[in-house]
Amino acid sequence: MTTSSNLQEFVTQVRRDILRQVHKVNSGHPGGSLGCTEFFSVLFKEVLRAKDHFDMDGKDEDLFFLSNGHISPVYYSVLSRCGYFPVEELKTFRHINSRLQGHPTTHEGLPGVRTASGSLGQGLSVALGSALSKKLNGDKHLVYSLHGDGELQEGQNWEAIMFAAANKIDNIIATVDYNGQQIDGSTDDVLPMGDLKAKFEAFGWDVIEEENGNDIDAVRNVLAEAKSKTGQSKPVVILLKTIMGNGVDFMMHTHAWHGKAPNDEQLEIGLKQNPETLGDY
Amino acid sequence: MKTYTNTGNIDTRSGFGAGLEILGDSNPNVVALCADLTGSLKMNAFKDKHPDRFFQVGIAEANMMGIAAGLTIGGKIPFTGTFANFSTGRVYDQIRQSIAYSGKNVKICASHAGLTLGEDGATHQILEDLGLMKMLPGMTVINTCDFNQTKAATIAIADHDGPVYLRFGRPKVANFTPKDQSFEIGKAVKLQEGTDVTIVATGHLVWEALEAAKTLHEQGIAAEVINIHTIKPLDDKAILSSVKQTGCIVTAEEHNYLGGLGESVSRVLAQHHPTPQEFVATQDTFGESGTPAQLMEKYGLNAKAIVEKSKKVLKRK
Repeated sequence: MTTSSNLQEFVTQVRRDILRQVHKVNSGHPGGSLGCTEFFSVLFKEVLRAKDHFDMDGKDEDLFFLSNGHISPVYYSVLSRCGYFPVEELKTFRHINSRLQGHPTTHEGLPGVRTASGSLGQGLSVALGSALSKKLNGDKHLVYSLHGDGELQEGQNWEAIMFAAANKIDNIIATVDYNGQQIDGSTDDVLPMGDLKAKFEAFGWDVIEEENGNDIDAVRNVLAEAKSKTGQSKPVVILLKTIMGNGVDFMMHTHAWHGKAPNDEQLEIGLKQNPETLGDY
Repeated sequence: MKTYTNTGNIDTRSGFGAGLEILGDSNPNVVALCADLTGSLKMNAFKDKHPDRFFQVGIAEANMMGIAAGLTIGGKIPFTGTFANFSTGRVYDQIRQSIAYSGKNVKICASHAGLTLGEDGATHQILEDLGLMKMLPGMTVINTCDFNQTKAATIAIADHDGPVYLRFGRPKVANFTPKDQSFEIGKAVKLQEGTDVTIVATGHLVWEALEAAKTLHEQGIAAEVINIHTIKPLDDKAILSSVKQTGCIVTAEEHNYLGGLGESVSRVLAQHHPTPQEFVATQDTFGESGTPAQLMEKYGLNAKAIVEKSKKVLKRK
């Protein structure tokens, strides 16, 4: 396992990648990306048991599905820095003829991506299907998925949540990025979702709450706890409290940076707060 | 002219069930999903023989499409089953993003398509599904005509790598194509040869087209009848080579004239060989309750309508 300080360097570099990707093309979603940087870093660097040749056949390895596809900048940065594709390719984010589409897709053959996402609410169903496929194949690896909290307003999620418990799909760990923000404001202002923990529990899921989703050790621990709860006839969900825009002070605690790129000056400030560690692309 | 014998009326959905049962035995990667319509889709044989490979998802079609997409990861070949309306319009974005754009090997199998669903009425009688599905990049679209062909198509699409929309229906209709036929996706089948008018039909309208050709023959008109079971990719060559002989064409389908087989044929003709065409199809309308025969008569989707349109198009040559 990497040490926390090593992983902190990785996290800092990923934040730089996020800012530089969205700045260059003046579009994209930095807020949620920054909020999930620690989660992605721990998951991909320490937790996911992935095959080292990236053959993408989906067998004999853990799988990850990003349902809230708009946070592609963090996904691309982490995938590239874990060897799925060259880090240099981050330069092409959202450009024409790129594999790094605005929202992730399998269509251009980008290693690491297993389904298109962007139209919200679909990722959990797909992840559950792959979990069933693993069970049919006798493959003991796990399926991880990430979802926005606002995304849970999409009804398909609740079909999937009901199905997972009814079918005892216990080889999945879903995580909800519980940052309380969506495009039009806070989730409580837009459409209050009530007690998510109680709702998941009522649907038959094992629920783990984590208040410090931007703390590397906390993320590490909660993922380990979640893993220990798999294989017990219940699907597992982590409600991971995160701070949108985490690590860039002027982007934190607001929905304003959900889908807005920093200008030149703002980029400089953001990069200064996150000094280069592993080398910029 | 060739004679075709109806070996006994039977529903095309039973052809799907029979094909799926065979696949269950022959291909361990085939899995099936159903949204609370197992009996209607004739999936019980597969379910009973392979309960571990059958997933009842409840009345939750969006989730079913997503789960099917996920099952392909790791090599499964999922067949989803529900009514055509709930297989397409209800879940269009799920199919678009999670299946078509994601390039997943899902077979979307849709029963009770069109007016012949009958008494349940317009809420369930989708007449827009061929258009919806054919517009999706990479989607293969098939509409079979009888039990034997539906069974053969069901078996064939398991070997096709890519998403497929397979459309069939509820009523008991003539079963007249060969019992153990091979099914080639995208390959039209010429059922009658004729030099006066080409009739290109799909689904339940194929038998009607054969009946129409008999009537036309009695009146001295030689109709060429082509069974287009695959709407996409369309067999352009078969259509073009026929109209070059006949000089006019009638398309027949249990679907809106907007977006259906007829429009696909028009596109081919406009590009390569402009030809007078008439459409046997619904005219941008919803259906209603009634028996299948009453509805097909009222909306002009039977042999009689094909004869009328053939005579009309002959005058435009």
